[in-house]
Amino acid sequence: MKKIFAVLFLAGVLAGCSSAPPLEQEGAKVEDRVPSAVPQEKPADSGVSSKPLGTSTVAADPLKDPANILSKRSVYFDLDSNIIKDEYKPIVSAHAKYLSQNRGKQMRIEGNADERGSSEYNLALGQRRADAVKQMMQLLGAPVSQIETISFGKEKPKATGHDEAAWAENRRGDIRYQGE
Amino acid sequence: MIFMKPFRLLSVSFLFALLFAPAALRAALTIEIVGGGANQIPVAIAPFRAEEGLAQKITPVIAADLARSGLFRVVDAGGMVPVPYEPEQVDFPRWRARGAEAVVIGSVTLLSDGRYDIRFRLMDVVKQTQLAGFVYFASAAQLRLTAHKIADVIYEKMTGDAGVFATRITYIVKKGKRYELQVADADGYGAQTVLASNEPIISPAWAPNGTRLAYVSFEHKKPVVYVQSLTTGDRKAVANFWGSNSAPAWAPDGRRLAVTLTKDGGSQIYLINADGGGSPTRLTSSSAIDTEASFSPDGQWIIFTSDRGGGPQIYRMPASGGQPQRLTFEGNYNVSPHYGPDGKSFTFMQRNGNRFHIAVQDFATRQVQILTDGGIDESPSFAPNSRMILYATKVGGRGILAAVSSDGRVKQRFTEDAGDVREPSWGPLVNK
Repeated sequence: MKKIFAVLFLAGVLAGCSSAPPLEQEGAKVEDRVPSAVPQEKPADSGVSSKPLGTSTVAADPLKDPANILSKRSVYFDLDSNIIKDEYKPIVSAHAKYLSQNRGKQMRIEGNADERGSSEYNLALGQRRADAVKQMMQLLGAPVSQIETISFGKEKPKATGHDEAAWAENRRGDIRYQGE
Repeated sequence: MIFMKPFRLLSVSFLFALLFAPAALRAALTIEIVGGGANQIPVAIAPFRAEEGLAQKITPVIAADLARSGLFRVVDAGGMVPVPYEPEQVDFPRWRARGAEAVVIGSVTLLSDGRYDIRFRLMDVVKQTQLAGFVYFASAAQLRLTAHKIADVIYEKMTGDAGVFATRITYIVKKGKRYELQVADADGYGAQTVLASNEPIISPAWAPNGTRLAYVSFEHKKPVVYVQSLTTGDRKAVANFWGSNSAPAWAPDGRRLAVTLTKDGGSQIYLINADGGGSPTRLTSSSAIDTEASFSPDGQWIIFTSDRGGGPQIYRMPASGGQPQRLTFEGNYNVSPHYGPDGKSFTFMQRNGNRFHIAVQDFATRQVQILTDGGIDESPSFAPNSRMILYATKVGGRGILAAVSSDGRVKQRFTEDAGDVREPSWGPLVNK
């Protein structure tokens, strides 16, 4: 209980410290930049319409609720950087809080890098980004035993172009939960 | 009969059982020579007796090998009547008049068991003496390999370095969303897919005896290091720890691998058993990235990439771990080091502005030579005689393989019909 309280406090401090706009707006901004951020998720009503309990149970899965910040999964990085920018801190803290409140959940953070340079060094750069996200979650009280960090390096680019826009898109950490 | 001085029996069936399975031999990769050596050795190759009827002729393969090296000029052997097959039939003054320093003669005989007896001699045209003579017994499927072995002998006698025509290379081909790990002869023929996957495969590395490959596969949605036998096709995950597992490098004893693991946080180099047993021994302890290990041929040292000083640079440490020393100082991005088989130099990838080049650095003098100007040149690895470096480059946005001599003079490009080729590695000398 004490721990969770600490987490909430820290998250609050973090959100307060950042110069980021309010959460809703922040989430929308991320969504705009990455329209395909949650492509694998089912539409909220598709599996549910035939269930007698109604749509309120759907909203109960915050990970799949587009209105919930937990549906935002991507953290973007600058060139040669593993520093989590202020605009992504609310996403990281929301997932840290969710993990600590759902001890049965397992998370995998997948790091990615742009295409320039060697495969293996880029794999390590992607790993460093995934680790940076994990470390912030740990700082916020998320149990590290529930978080595996791995890297795809430059091997699975989301944007396949060869320009700065594509490279920026691919310098990224993605948060996934087991079973997703 | 006083035929051969050295006598060698070719016994390759076990090694090539998988790779030379029934599939027809074809050139998946066609090699084009971009530049040549300064002083090419003129060699004439007379047609071998009775090779006319063979599905796979011997002498055209020898000629192509020697020409491709950039170190030889193949002298026209046409119109030499009678064609010499034995030393006493060689009309030395006529070959000399054509400018040949040496002439290759030989014969093919079908044996009662279906194999072929192939014998050749390399004759010194100036001294009018025999430089080499060998006999091989080979099946029809081994005729190309036999030709490569003969080219290796000629190369070694004339240049003093071991020939690498009978070696193999490995690389990854991306075809749409499919990744294929392929193994081919050094001349691009006989390409075989040894692993196909819908997830990426990177960093293939040859075991020192050429019978196994280590590589990184993402088939489980994360990087895992596998070792696969090329004789049986059996494969095993040898590093599948919490986090990422990558960058396999064989120790010269063939029993251990250096790998990069993140199980303890950060990308660090560990030693594991190549059979996957036991627990990893940690070799580096930094808060930076340490990866891309490569062993010295004597097994005493490991060179690797580390960004402990800021940008990625190449370091060397004892193979048992210990204090690393920085080796590269030119430029702010030096990665992917590979030890030369002669232990005298290493090859690596250097960034200059937005361009990536293949370079070599001498251990003793620390002198760096940039060898390529392709723009996006990656994944260099030495040929086992240290004379050539195989690497990946991009032409028109598509990945192809290329090779450059370690003095930068000879350049070759391997062109492939379909797909995007990357991550090459040149295999070791075998049966030597």
